[in-house]
Amino acid sequence: MTVMIDVKGLDKEFGGVHAIEGLEFSVEQGQIYSVIGPNGAGKTTLFNLITGFYTPTRGEITLNGESVVGMDPNRLAERGMCRTFQQMQICMNMTALENVMLGRHLKIRSNLFTSMFRLPSLLREEKACRERSKELMAFVGCGEYINTEASAMSYGALKRLEIARALAADPKILLLDEPAAGLNGTETAELEELIRKVAEQGVTVMLVEHDMKLVMGISDRLLVINYGRKLAEGTPEEIRNNPDVIAAYLGG
Amino acid sequence: MFDRFLEWRMNYVLVLAIIVFVIPLLMENPFYFDLATQILIIAATVVGLNLLVGYAGQISLGHAGFYGMGAYFSAVATSAYNWPPLLALIVAAAVVGLVAWVVGRPILKLKGHYLSMATLAVGFIIAIIINNESQLTGGPDGMVVPPFSLFGWELSTFGLYSLLGLEIPGHVAWYLVAGVLLLVAVIIAQNLIDSPLGRALRSIHGSEIAARTVGVDTARYKSMVFVISAVYASIMGSVFAHFTGFITPAIAGFDYSIVLITMVVLGGMASPMGVILGAVVLKLLPQFLAGFQEYETAIFGFILMATMIFMPKGFYPTAMNAIRNKLGKSSGGKA
Ligand SMILES: Nc1ncnc2c1ncn2[C@@H]1O[C@H](COP(=O)(O)OP(=O)(O)OP(=O)(O)O)[C@@H](O)[C@H]1O
Ligand SMILES: [Mg+2]
Repeated sequence: MTVMIDVKGLDKEFGGVHAIEGLEFSVEQGQIYSVIGPNGAGKTTLFNLITGFYTPTRGEITLNGESVVGMDPNRLAERGMCRTFQQMQICMNMTALENVMLGRHLKIRSNLFTSMFRLPSLLREEKACRERSKELMAFVGCGEYINTEASAMSYGALKRLEIARALAADPKILLLDEPAAGLNGTETAELEELIRKVAEQGVTVMLVEHDMKLVMGISDRLLVINYGRKLAEGTPEEIRNNPDVIAAYLGG
Repeated sequence: MFDRFLEWRMNYVLVLAIIVFVIPLLMENPFYFDLATQILIIAATVVGLNLLVGYAGQISLGHAGFYGMGAYFSAVATSAYNWPPLLALIVAAAVVGLVAWVVGRPILKLKGHYLSMATLAVGFIIAIIINNESQLTGGPDGMVVPPFSLFGWELSTFGLYSLLGLEIPGHVAWYLVAGVLLLVAVIIAQNLIDSPLGRALRSIHGSEIAARTVGVDTARYKSMVFVISAVYASIMGSVFAHFTGFITPAIAGFDYSIVLITMVVLGGMASPMGVILGAVVLKLLPQFLAGFQEYETAIFGFILMATMIFMPKGFYPTAMNAIRNKLGKSSGGKA
């Protein structure tokens, strides 16, 4: 198995707050790798570091062997990384379908000239983009919202829409920050099924999630962090039986 | 059939074309044609500015600078150096585009008030240069601009032309040319908006974080739309210079930048028809404020403020939404 993401000695400080401290782990290609920990443990900060929204205070992050520290999110997207957000990031000035089509931004070859004059090559490309985006909306289970304005959609539908947008980029690695937050039981079960299907297609998935049933059922490996530090790492079985974890987190 | 029309993305362009070409049948006075032509030119300028402000969610409080730069480049090149007007217009647009790219790259990293201040400064600097280079530009006194001509054929408001067997006086001919230019400006802007490029621009407005996540190089796209809107301003500035035949540095000044941005905000951000309406209203307003000329900028500032507070989407989108809601309710159909 090849290592996709490798993190070494990662530190992130905000003023006096040590949000991430000395973190080391690696994610292999094709894994579903989850990060768990109590509120404020530093999970979102970790995702922001990996996806280029924050620059580490110290440490190294590599993606497929290449150092990606200090690289902009859009450059990381070019390398096959995409994500969703705990605080959803949807373009409310667009329709649902346009949001997903935006996800295919890097696949599009048309330029200023073809756009200005709406040349046939652009129309062909847009048609293909629209078809693929519709498929993805159906795939994540929001096919009925194709012509709906994003601002008119329910919370649960928007969460799925954000995943569809990320998938539209044909990512090699997908990071999901609390995708099940705010979803009911049925919706969470559908989400689990969805993540499995994505992983089956060969996409590496990193997941931050508080829903223990979901995480334990779906993950290949887990990283438990507390106060920005690694508490434990291993398979769901190992994590479930780890005394530190039980004391600090699962038991509490 | 009517449904198809309602869904057609260019339906408003057809409506606009009809309005633009019916108006001359209702007017005779050359003064009205002069005013109407000015409105068309300024409307095409704000259609370009709207790409930056309404769609990409950025701001430029110095856009008149680019308008003035285009106007003065054309004026100087055609009068002092005898360039053909079309060549001068194209080179001016290229130069202005380049300037916008060079200054846009660093300043578009700024957000909110900082971006407003930086674009304001750009406008000021251009206006100061035009004022000071009086050897070329005539300074504050302004300068005379030769009429537009193409392959020896001259377009002057005082000329007389024949089109399809009709006798057309120069002021009407200019009106028609400006009308066609506005329609072309609108069609190109709409094409851009409906393209993947337009989607990327709108995503910067909707969620810059989302845009970056899916790979949009936001810095590059912001610069690109800044350049496009500056080129719109430059071209229309050149056209305006040839149309009026006499320009002063006021067209590059701060007051004029405020007029442009107020047209966008009042009429309706992200709505081409809206900003055109904004141009019409704000260009006609001074005609009714004859006794209040000193307060013009203050009144525009007040309109800008009031619109942002009470109608943040602008007049046109707000009105259209109200109409749509009303129709939706009365027919009981889905909106
Ligand atoms: N931009 C920032 N500036 C200052 N402090 C920050 C910033 N981002 C995160 N922090 C701090 O870092 C710590 C970790 O926050 P983070 O959001 O990563 O936690 P989390 O594990 O995602 O929590 P939750 O489960 O509630 O989402 C918190 O103390 C938080 O206040
Ligand atoms: Mg979080």
